[in-house]
Amino acid sequence: MAYVAIADRQQELHDPQSFLTKYVWSQDHKVIAIQYALTAFAVGIVAVILSNMMRLQLAWPNEFAFIDPQTYYQSITMHGMIMVIYLLTALFLGGFGNYLIPLMCGARDMVFPFMNMLSYWVYLLSVVILMSSFLVPGGPTGAGWTLYPPQALLEGTPGSNWGIILMLVSLVFFIVAFTMGGLNYVTTVLQARCRGMTLMRLPLSVWGIFMATVIGLLVFPALLVSGIMMTFDKLFATSFFMPALISMGESADYSGGSPILFQHLFWFFGHPEVYIVALPAFGVVSDIISTHSRKNIFGYRMMVWAIVLIGGLSLIVWAHHMYVSGMNPYFGFFFATTTLLIAVPTAIKVYNWVLTLWRGNIRLNVPMLFAIGFIFTFTHGGLTGLFLGNVATDATLTDTYFVVAHFHMVMGVAPLLVVMASIYHWYPKVTGRMLNEKLGKLHFWVTFLGTYSIYLPMHYLGFLGIPRRYYAYGETDFIPNSAVDVNISITIATLIVSTIQLVFLFNLAYSYFRGKKAGPNPWEATTLEWQTPDTPPQHGNWGPELPTVYRWAFDYSVPGAVNDYIPQNQPSDETTGDAHETSDTGGGHQ
Amino acid sequence: MSLIRKLRSKPWETPGFPGPDTDGGVLLPDKKVGLWVFIVVMASVFGLFTVAYNMRIELATDWIAIPKPPVLWLNTAILVLASVAFERAKAAVHKKLTGDVKLWLVVGGAFTIGFLLGQYIAWQQLLASGYALSDNPANAFFYLITGMHGLHLIGGLWVWSRTMLRVWQGFEVTLSVELCTTYWHALLLIWIVLFGLLLST
Amino acid sequence: MLIAIVLILLVIGSVIFHFVSPWWFTPIASNWGSIDTTINITFWVTGTVFILVNLFLALCIIRFRYSKDRRADYNPENKKLELWLTLITAAGVAALLAPGLIVWADFVEVPEDSANFEVVGSQWQWRFRFPGEDGILGLTDAKYISIDNPFGMHGDDPNGQDDILIRNNTVHLPIGEPVNALLRSTDVLHNFAVPQFRAKMDIVPGLVSYMWFEPTRKGTFEILCEELCGVAHYSMRGKVTIEERSDFDAWLASQPTYADTLTMPAGDVATGLNQYAACAACHGTNGEGNQQLNAPKLAGMETWYLTQQLNHYKAGIRGTHEDDILGQQMRPLAMTLFDDASVANVVAYIQTLPDNPAPTTIQGDIRRGAQIYTTCASCHGKNGQGIWSINAPRQAGMSDWYLANQLRNFKSRIRGGHPDDGFGWQMSLMADILNNDKAINDVVAYINTL
Repeated sequence: MAYVAIADRQQELHDPQSFLTKYVWSQDHKVIAIQYALTAFAVGIVAVILSNMMRLQLAWPNEFAFIDPQTYYQSITMHGMIMVIYLLTALFLGGFGNYLIPLMCGARDMVFPFMNMLSYWVYLLSVVILMSSFLVPGGPTGAGWTLYPPQALLEGTPGSNWGIILMLVSLVFFIVAFTMGGLNYVTTVLQARCRGMTLMRLPLSVWGIFMATVIGLLVFPALLVSGIMMTFDKLFATSFFMPALISMGESADYSGGSPILFQHLFWFFGHPEVYIVALPAFGVVSDIISTHSRKNIFGYRMMVWAIVLIGGLSLIVWAHHMYVSGMNPYFGFFFATTTLLIAVPTAIKVYNWVLTLWRGNIRLNVPMLFAIGFIFTFTHGGLTGLFLGNVATDATLTDTYFVVAHFHMVMGVAPLLVVMASIYHWYPKVTGRMLNEKLGKLHFWVTFLGTYSIYLPMHYLGFLGIPRRYYAYGETDFIPNSAVDVNISITIATLIVSTIQLVFLFNLAYSYFRGKKAGPNPWEATTLEWQTPDTPPQHGNWGPELPTVYRWAFDYSVPGAVNDYIPQNQPSDETTGDAHETSDTGGGHQ
Repeated sequence: MSLIRKLRSKPWETPGFPGPDTDGGVLLPDKKVGLWVFIVVMASVFGLFTVAYNMRIELATDWIAIPKPPVLWLNTAILVLASVAFERAKAAVHKKLTGDVKLWLVVGGAFTIGFLLGQYIAWQQLLASGYALSDNPANAFFYLITGMHGLHLIGGLWVWSRTMLRVWQGFEVTLSVELCTTYWHALLLIWIVLFGLLLST
Repeated sequence: MLIAIVLILLVIGSVIFHFVSPWWFTPIASNWGSIDTTINITFWVTGTVFILVNLFLALCIIRFRYSKDRRADYNPENKKLELWLTLITAAGVAALLAPGLIVWADFVEVPEDSANFEVVGSQWQWRFRFPGEDGILGLTDAKYISIDNPFGMHGDDPNGQDDILIRNNTVHLPIGEPVNALLRSTDVLHNFAVPQFRAKMDIVPGLVSYMWFEPTRKGTFEILCEELCGVAHYSMRGKVTIEERSDFDAWLASQPTYADTLTMPAGDVATGLNQYAACAACHGTNGEGNQQLNAPKLAGMETWYLTQQLNHYKAGIRGTHEDDILGQQMRPLAMTLFDDASVANVVAYIQTLPDNPAPTTIQGDIRRGAQIYTTCASCHGKNGQGIWSINAPRQAGMSDWYLANQLRNFKSRIRGGHPDDGFGWQMSLMADILNNDKAINDVVAYINTL
């Protein structure tokens, strides 16, 4: 019957023999996770440098000769694309998904280890192709990360020949890599849970990553389809997206194509993509908050339903990116309604995080600080989303700095704070050593306060009406000099926040050799990954016998139990009798 | 037990083994589950092509339908036969008739290659009558969609060739044959939908 | 503990920031005050939630921070509380959505009495078209667009003959009358946005989108493109002047109709020859230019550009800046070409002059210049040949010292600073990327090699 039989079956394990098979061509999900994470960080550094270049130009326009308009538009494009796809998506799914799913489900590895390895190498290939666009004639594409045609394919946009083609090819490879990884994550969660690990006993991290992967598998095809069609338009002069037009004074060889069609396909992928990044963050942060406040996550069932509901709704809100795109404006009514509807389950998640803290026993260590920073940032970013989701208000605020501020808060800073929380949280399991607490706190305070001082004023520049994606403003009558000054302060904050990440990188490297020994379960957490016989877990994770799960993932501070946490694989008779006569404690929230 | 009931269970109320929502469920090999997930992805790809196809017709006025070479009907029949052959191979493998498995695998593969050749002939006929890729979105979609479908079949043939190798080396191939069969049925179904779409415009 | 205090301070700080921030809506100049109202409603609702959630978060952290002697509550869920929170949130969301949808219903329904006019977005400029007396805009198509027909007018459509064409980044509109902007693009996506009007809408090649509004305040406002449209996106600026109906009518009457542009007489070379005598004194008999007299080469310059610049001199758009000594010398001479026909004649004559490359007088780092020129090439062409559809004149083979001078003038706004010089203003923004004289010399040296 169901999982019992599955858990007992033999899983082939390819025990690594040499250094090469152990660390390079590894099929171990933990090694692949680290490969994914390190690659994502490496490419993320490039994206950070690009953002600093933009900020330098915006603060001191035309002072720096190396940032001309071409470079600027290439920077915004590559920064956006790298951050959204090659960093955040790869890190949350390829990195955290790979590491956590088998460990949290109690499996020895992913169900298709070879394909998992292939997934990483294809991802690396896509990154290499993307980076190579910096070296080709004309440089990378400068069409904006949305790659809107006709612009992306025409002279007058940087990288309209080599750059855009390499970008599209790289995306196709990324999607192939993601699909191979995604098949693994979904199948592993469905098939490889250990004995007793029912769906509703899964930690929320697994739920978040699982749902994000499901959405990803459904919507990345939209990017694939639009990417292929656009490549045809570029290489074979078809007119899928390209209407009749004049380029550089001459009639281009196109007719009848529809740029709006591209936008629909792009945002059918692009909006769920936000949730591909956000749902894993939601899941992971729920587990971290619960662990460090020594209390079960409040409203676990609601949290699961919200993840599923958000995932489902995310498929029918895409056109809120297109209210003023020239599509039939009557669509606005439908999409504004669905968009604001999605705010409800999202708000529930925020309430439940905060209510988890209520009557908890909160340990304010570094992962928890980052998690609290996330709640604050995400609340802010989520609420500003209501301005943009509502069709009439969007008509004014869209394409201004308000949008830039909003999406950086909600899907830039907020998920990255979760990334940081997770790294401080799981580093002891991955390496066996703790990260340095002092450096961690420094990293947190500068990152948290720094990012807020970057993005809070930006909202107001948006209210003022300052358009985004402008290389320079010149003397524009409605833009006061104070707006130029605030750009300088934003840039300084950006440089500081970027620099402090070096401290974080140093901490990662330093603690690997010199960090305090962690022990198997430094946070006294309940979930399975902390119960492995070895730390870091060996190949195969569990030694000779797979774990058996007896309880849900959140048995913290159970009345009557000896400790304030009961690991998931601990049978009831070992805790102290009546630990679970507790279903009537719902009144804890007066 | 339905998924809804599973999702409504209160996991904290029922500690112990097995757990609150454990009865029922379908036991499938991992690879079958993986394949079904992949088929969903494939359906999404071709579904989106279909949507793009219809929207492109609606959003502009330059659509000039492309004639559908009659050979497509023959191709469709051949692909149906390929599917039937795989179904026979599956039946044979369950009865452990290795000889029949080999026979029907070869037949299935041959029909598939026949289908791909037929599609290629259809392309050649259209190109010869002057329906170039970039002349009209109808042409472009025709080549693009048939090409994408063909690529998926070629991917299937790679797995098929590995299965052939294994069966001739005398390895166990039950699961491989079952997977191939499912995949071919899926691609047949997708082709029929796509062919219907092409015919209807 | 510190984090709780910081959260409280951040909440208080954000509220204070809101009230002291000098950055808020520009004074509105259209009927879309209802959008501002909706934003304000959203602001107060979300602001309240922001304050409450975060203060509660801080409270939790203060009250329930870790203590060895205490245990957390065990509390899996509280259905009633969750239901209430869901309902309250849903009500709050509905309170935002309802006014938003009402305003949007207004936004998409164009009032019957609104007058159509057309906005044409092209890389990287604005043009406008008004229906003539028949009140109907003629048919257009991108495939008809050419240097003589930049609007792509359908020549056979009788409705188009009296259409009024504005080949200029500035448009005028009457105050207090609803207008419906029909938006058309000839190349890529653009977006017609005037911050003071609040509303904005993308312009999509291949279709006509629309946006209606009623100007309510007199003045001149900046039109911004707000959809990334290429490398000069940020300099795609225009102006809209809101004025009394009578002023508007007078302005409109002074603009040419499509029929006018068709019947405009071609320049007469023979007459032009006589008129050119005055020019030849400085610019040379073959229009080859003379650096000593600060007169640039004219031969080989595009007809449209020469015409435009002569008209700018005549109208005082050029040659009136107090620091533009050389332009001030040119202006009275341009004034001698008293009507459109004489401008056309002299320009026609210049087109007959032999086009030999001007001598090279400026040296610089050609490799660096080539790098800089990649930006310039987006408008002026890879070979510096000039591209009419972008209003970018030829650069290659013309007087390099003059080019360098003009780049300096654009940078210092001696040129391009006049409120009616829309195209010059765009060039000023672009010239800003040349951050010193060396950069100017480098790029001009590179242009010399083209």
